[in-house]
Amino acid sequence: MAVQPEQVTRGPGGGAGVAGGPPPTGHRARRRRGTGPVRRRHTALDRGLPYLLLLPATAVTVLLLGWPLLENVLLSFQNLNARQLIQHLTEWNGVDNYRGTLTNEDFWRVTGRTVAFTAVNVAAIMVFGALVGLLLNRLGKGMRLLLSLGLVLAWAMPVVAATTVYQWLFDTRYGVVNWSLDALGWHSMAEYNWFGGQYSTFFVITLLIVWYSVPFVAFNLYAALTTIPAELYEAARMDGAGAWKVFSHVVLPILRPFFLATTFLEVIWVFKAFTQVYAINHGGPDRLTETLPVYAFVEGVGNQHYGMGAAISVLTIVVLLVLMSSYFRVVAQQKDEL
Amino acid sequence: MRRSLFSRAWPNVVAVLLFVFFAFPVYWMASTAFKPRGDIIADTPVFVPLDATLHNFDTAVSADHFWTLVRNSLTVTIGAVVLSLVIALSASFALARMRFRGRGGVLVTVMLAQMAPWEVMVIAMYMIVRDQDMLNSLVPLTLFYMVMVLPFTVWTLRGFIAAVPRELEESAMVDGCGRTQAFLRVVFPLLAPGLMSTSLFGFITAWNEYPLVLILNKQADKQTLPLWLTQFQTAFGDDWGATMAASTLFAIPVLLVFLVLQRKAVGGLTAGAVKG
Repeated sequence: MAVQPEQVTRGPGGGAGVAGGPPPTGHRARRRRGTGPVRRRHTALDRGLPYLLLLPATAVTVLLLGWPLLENVLLSFQNLNARQLIQHLTEWNGVDNYRGTLTNEDFWRVTGRTVAFTAVNVAAIMVFGALVGLLLNRLGKGMRLLLSLGLVLAWAMPVVAATTVYQWLFDTRYGVVNWSLDALGWHSMAEYNWFGGQYSTFFVITLLIVWYSVPFVAFNLYAALTTIPAELYEAARMDGAGAWKVFSHVVLPILRPFFLATTFLEVIWVFKAFTQVYAINHGGPDRLTETLPVYAFVEGVGNQHYGMGAAISVLTIVVLLVLMSSYFRVVAQQKDEL
Repeated sequence: MRRSLFSRAWPNVVAVLLFVFFAFPVYWMASTAFKPRGDIIADTPVFVPLDATLHNFDTAVSADHFWTLVRNSLTVTIGAVVLSLVIALSASFALARMRFRGRGGVLVTVMLAQMAPWEVMVIAMYMIVRDQDMLNSLVPLTLFYMVMVLPFTVWTLRGFIAAVPRELEESAMVDGCGRTQAFLRVVFPLLAPGLMSTSLFGFITAWNEYPLVLILNKQADKQTLPLWLTQFQTAFGDDWGATMAASTLFAIPVLLVFLVLQRKAVGGLTAGAVKG
């Protein structure tokens, strides 16, 4: 019993403990003021305890997140197609997959498409979400509750269920959207096949994603708006500012970090969106609505070029990491300001 | 006078229109599910199904493997949530209550892991699972879902634990409780609401997961409901009534959870996502 705690300390935190001893942090200082029984337990075990408590979480994360990440990189340097898969062959082929991907016209077309898709979606989500958030702040209690209910319904819909519902809404023959457009006088839309063209499919996907994402932005903006003291608005109005001036000179500067952080989050989410894009039309028609995650999946799994698919996915992850680091920079900045 | 009436009315009008925009797809799903076939393929859509029928639900429920898949989904989801709660509880206690070297690094890792691009990693996950001969098994799904919800669980539980006054724990220890006892008897009961809402969010994530099960479990009786739902339409031709009934059945648990949790949802997600 006496030996065990010693070993624990030497494990993860051992080296650090030797060099000059632990600094008296707030936690310890407070403990020290305590009475006998509490102090008694302040031992080597105490110093090792946090690491011990973190061990299970660290272990499963390394095993189930770290390993696939590493495996992904390893696979991207292998020639791995149906034959190698079945025979369990490992054929290293250096950077061939990357060379093949980066010189492939399709890859760049899909990348450009993904960037445009992300930009359009995020812009729509942020503008629409901000407007809905502002509206929530302005509404009376009853109407706010009504709108919140609608937003929660959309937000809570499971993505897969929402996807099938949108397929039904936009159905060619019996879809309510085509019927409405026809009834409103746009008769050429009566039997329009939304999933037959690239842009019309993207339109449905975008609508689905925006519909699904706006509630998050709107609720968060509304929550942030309620923290702005009413005096600020009043002062601005007294100085003769109109609605737009109040927004751009009072609300926007205060919520700038919020907008930046949310925008980056949405960029990351839309960029890696798989379910909506894949489930609604499997990247079709004619592979024209594949974005990078779907492209990696179809190349890797669908066409059984696993190595190639892994290379595409590594490249996608690199782009995501760049986006995430920008997000963290924004969040860190925001922390300083708060 | 007229102008002021207008400026008072327009936000409400817009709110109603927005409500319709956001709620209509959900309404349309549920109402289609109750319509008889004649109403679904009517030339003029039937907006209120007066002659409601449960026939579509019947079709959905009696589809091949339906109850097996319900059981699969529940097993995988509950397994993942319970495992991640246990693991997260100890980790978040350390993060909330203790000061140690590397704590900041762990917190950043948790945030990073929360954004892990799982959707893009499915090929590697497929290879790993296949090399272990565990395709078409619920075990890898459960384990991966557990890790998917783990960062969020750690992050929110850490907040809930930090909110329990340290003095409560200390006074219990002064009264002779050990640290473990103090945690189990004082902190843990106070965490109940936090555990509840955290696990429900984990539930939603795991319940909805699609890309991984799509690649790992091809065998019909080893799938989960999301995968079944996307294939449902193909399997049933254009039986939109049954498809919508299936979607409704799939969505109901999640909608209920969300309606109950709405307030916490906003706070929790804001704290986790934006405030850092």
